[in-house]
Amino acid sequence: MRYQITHRTTYSYESPVTVGHYIARLEPRALPFQECPWHEITIRPTPMQRAERADSFGNTCVYFEIEGSHQKLEVIARSLVEVATAPIFDPGETPAWESVRDACRADLSSAATLAGELVFASPLIPVGSVFAEYARPSFPAQRPVLEGVCDLNRRIHEDFIFDPAATDFATPVEQVLKKRRGVCQDFAQVMIACLRSLGLPARYVSGYLETLPPPGQPKMIGADASHAWLSVYCGESAGWMDADPTNNVLPSNRHVTVAWGRDFSDVSPLRGVTIGAGEQWLQVAVDVLPDGE
Amino acid sequence: MENGLTLARFWRYSVAQPPTDPMPTFAVQQPRHPLEAPQPPDNIHLAAYKTETGVYDEMVDSRGRIRPHWQTFASYLEQCSKEDHDFRVKDVQRLLRDHGVTYNIYEDALGTSRPWSLDILPFIVSQEDFSQVQAGIDQRGRLLNAILLDLYGPQRLLKDGLLPPRLVHANPGYLRPVLGVNPPGGRFIFTMGCDLVRDASGRWQVLADRAQAPSGHGYALENRIIMADVHAEEFNASKIRRLASYYEMKREMLRSLAPRHRHGESGILMLTPGPYNETYFEHAFQARYLGFPLVEGADLTVRDRHLLLKTLEGLRRVDVAIRHVDDVYCDPLELQSESLLGTAGLLEAWRNGSIALANGLGSGLVETPALHPFMPGLCRHLLGEELLLPCVPTWWCGQRRELDMVLADPDRWVIKPAFIRGSRDPVFLSDLDAEQKKRMLETIQAAPHEWVAQEVLQLSTTPTWTGASLEARCLVWRAFAISQGEGFATMPGGLCRVSPEPKRWLVTMRSGGISKDTWVVGDGSPDPYYENLRRQQPVVIRPARPPSGVPSRVADHLFWLGRYAERLEAAVRVLRSVMQRLSGERSQMHSHEVHGCIALMTHLGLIPEENEGLLEQLPAIFRDARRQGSVPELLGRLRYNAAAARDRLSDDMWRLINRLDRDARLPAGPFSHSMAQGVLDTLILDLAAIAGMQQENMTRGHGWRFLELGRRMERADTVLGLVGKATLLSSEDDSLLTPLLEICDSTMTYRRLHFARPTLVPVLDLLLLNEINPRSVMHQFQILAKQASQLPVAHGIDLTTTPRMQIGGLQSDLTAMNLDALSKSGAGIQASVSTFTHKLMADLERLSDTITEHYFSHASRKPS
Repeated sequence: MRYQITHRTTYSYESPVTVGHYIARLEPRALPFQECPWHEITIRPTPMQRAERADSFGNTCVYFEIEGSHQKLEVIARSLVEVATAPIFDPGETPAWESVRDACRADLSSAATLAGELVFASPLIPVGSVFAEYARPSFPAQRPVLEGVCDLNRRIHEDFIFDPAATDFATPVEQVLKKRRGVCQDFAQVMIACLRSLGLPARYVSGYLETLPPPGQPKMIGADASHAWLSVYCGESAGWMDADPTNNVLPSNRHVTVAWGRDFSDVSPLRGVTIGAGEQWLQVAVDVLPDGE
Repeated sequence: MENGLTLARFWRYSVAQPPTDPMPTFAVQQPRHPLEAPQPPDNIHLAAYKTETGVYDEMVDSRGRIRPHWQTFASYLEQCSKEDHDFRVKDVQRLLRDHGVTYNIYEDALGTSRPWSLDILPFIVSQEDFSQVQAGIDQRGRLLNAILLDLYGPQRLLKDGLLPPRLVHANPGYLRPVLGVNPPGGRFIFTMGCDLVRDASGRWQVLADRAQAPSGHGYALENRIIMADVHAEEFNASKIRRLASYYEMKREMLRSLAPRHRHGESGILMLTPGPYNETYFEHAFQARYLGFPLVEGADLTVRDRHLLLKTLEGLRRVDVAIRHVDDVYCDPLELQSESLLGTAGLLEAWRNGSIALANGLGSGLVETPALHPFMPGLCRHLLGEELLLPCVPTWWCGQRRELDMVLADPDRWVIKPAFIRGSRDPVFLSDLDAEQKKRMLETIQAAPHEWVAQEVLQLSTTPTWTGASLEARCLVWRAFAISQGEGFATMPGGLCRVSPEPKRWLVTMRSGGISKDTWVVGDGSPDPYYENLRRQQPVVIRPARPPSGVPSRVADHLFWLGRYAERLEAAVRVLRSVMQRLSGERSQMHSHEVHGCIALMTHLGLIPEENEGLLEQLPAIFRDARRQGSVPELLGRLRYNAAAARDRLSDDMWRLINRLDRDARLPAGPFSHSMAQGVLDTLILDLAAIAGMQQENMTRGHGWRFLELGRRMERADTVLGLVGKATLLSSEDDSLLTPLLEICDSTMTYRRLHFARPTLVPVLDLLLLNEINPRSVMHQFQILAKQASQLPVAHGIDLTTTPRMQIGGLQSDLTAMNLDALSKSGAGIQASVSTFTHKLMADLERLSDTITEHYFSHASRKPS
């Protein structure tokens, strides 16, 4: 599938901002099954300085400074992305979850121990026995890891209610688990907390969903804004596998990956520090349209 | 910023002495021969100094002989009587107080400072010990730097299996945004601290490393200055190595880091979290000693990926920042977003190579105690050398074998957090009861990688004066080093801390540790570095003066320092006038005047509008720091602003401010009028001394100018307010004019001019218009006009126009005031004068706003 993506972020400030420093992570990643042949970010007002680099997780991030009094900041990211269907992996073929867990704990460096970076608590996602207990029924002894992941994915989808009013950016993950309500970000973070609490590496993925479904298929939740799901390390041969608990699917060619990290704080699409803003209002609009078909 | 000089509570007497034994072994607090008459002079006999068997003592060897490097000092000690020591203790306390040495200035804005505690006995290090430690620290500095370069670079240590990846990945000190940064010169660490302890066998070991913003450099120097003073003769006679050349070396090293190698030091500054930080004293002290401006994160801004300082003359480029702010607080954009201490974009500027940071961001990673067991291997691998200074034996529970060992025999261990030092006190497992121990072990097992276990060590002891005798106290020596060429040079000294009680384990400076100066014995040859410096110093008669570089925030604090000094003086003067009239035989006669004074006090905000009786409120005005407008509240504000501009004030000025603080305290107990009056008299003299110091001893730079502007504006405002109020009241009764003249310190001038009882119009003339009266409003306006014409020009933009016009307006309004005509208007004069003073006060307020807006707030000025 080929998509045209427009991601428009608008900040309005109560009082004029004199200086602002920002970091944007808006460029879709290049992956074995995903390409981004064209990408452009337009920033208004025009920044006086712009610098691009890859962060420690390989996401492209753009640093920019805006100087001079402004009361509105607009960042428009436009991308052309091609996503191929990844070959379907048989969950039953993946190794037992315990062996994945143990491999990640080894002292000697390997793909698994480097993946092990994603097994620890992170700024927004704690680990602990409440999460492990919730996850346990999906991971009986020796169950293939991806089977367990699919089961947990399904359970979160069934147990939790999608409710944008229930949480905000600052709602702690423990509370989401207790309330069983939230949005895609919350579900992804709960599932990550569960997996990490069992010792399985899991990372937070931010990206997009196709806005309008192909004929005959239901529109997925989270399609009008940026979406969040997660990725689990499933051993050397399967590698990292994505899971989307909000829609109970293993993402394929309708998900576009932008960035990943330990949690939302590592992949925030636009982070900024402003001087003199007062109150601020954020507006985000995302369009993901099939291209040329 | 470092969270205190946290030490492990590391030592105990469990081996030599059961903890239940009620008798302290070596605390000789009772007279040894209570029945004998005291022998004058009661010399301190070293023979009475008791050491613990099996413990290494720094002064006395296992056979009770004084070690060679202590002999000079020990023979001096033998000659000292208890009185000599008492005298020195007082001397040390006086010097600490005068120098204003504190450990944490404020718990809250008006809180009290905790004085630094310094023992009168130094800790003496032999030449051999020092050269061994020096080699070890040089190596350690290179090693820690190499570890950082790898872990924030190629991470070969993880790929080659020298470090378990988890040790880095789970570590909150590992800052992912730093990954891939090439720090200028390939250096993360420029200054470091190392806590050293000596075990029973006499071997030095590393207890902890300080690599991000090591504290203590300044305290070490202050301790030395005081000790060299108190023991002047012994110090000069012995061959103790001096510290000056080390600090000179530090200054040179920091200068050499400037990427642009500019002349002068304008591009180098010291970054502090601010006066609320517990070690703020030493930030200010070092900044002044080294000659670099002290700034806070809010003084800086990043433009074009360069770091800039907001000064009165506009934005100025920064080349080197010496930071006393911990890693994660430095940049709210990429690190901890809630931090108010940092500067957004700092990390990007550093990544861009446009500034050098001493030390580099992310250096906190190597402070991790979990690294200790891997040090010998890392040293061989990275440097190809054997580790010279071992670490205190440490096991990281993140490894299976080590965890099992700890669980098998818990009582042997002290448990500490593996990653963030000081985040939790060390736990001695043997101290816990069964239930606590079980819980602790469960905590460890739940996240074993978060814990390390260390063996319980017996630390060495060193003699310490307790006020009555010499006691053996266990010690930790924080050695410091700075980068020098490829390696590190160790300070011939350092900060030594001893346990506050003989049978207590070492604690932190926070909970009452005692510090010591560290004396390193030298060979008596003059310091080559120092000698060279003397020879090579070029003579510059009057260097071209660079822009003052006064940070806007500092100017802001100086401005308010001036205002609060005046405000406090007005409060003190009005209080004095009232209290003089409340007591004594003339008290009856003065009841009218008292009544008027109360109105003036209300105007100054000393007492609320609906006052419930002055007498009841007096104690609070003197003692309650939380009461708006009280003496301690004003004093707290004055002190806060002075502290925040500490590096711009001379030591003498600071001593005066400390004295003001002391003199303002009323002794505990019932409120005494005569004592309170005494306090007021003293405060007036102290404030006059501060004002005199400002006029006679401060360089006429922009810093001084803003202090002066603040002072003059406040004085004009106070006089206008008091005159306006008094004029209104004088319609019924002009008995208020006498105290008014007193409060405005113009009684003498009035008498000399008029030889008569004060009447309204001449008083108005003297206080408002008469320019020869230094207390008159006109006089203040003239000074304001002169100073405003010399205000800084930023980037060629003349910002002085508006304030100059405003002052011109004030002056011409005042000049146009026609007292002659007013006095003929009869009863209307009161209202006219009051309206007039109110207008001038409102104009002054606008002037204050203009200055704030133009010079302190830095809206959107273009950088140079």
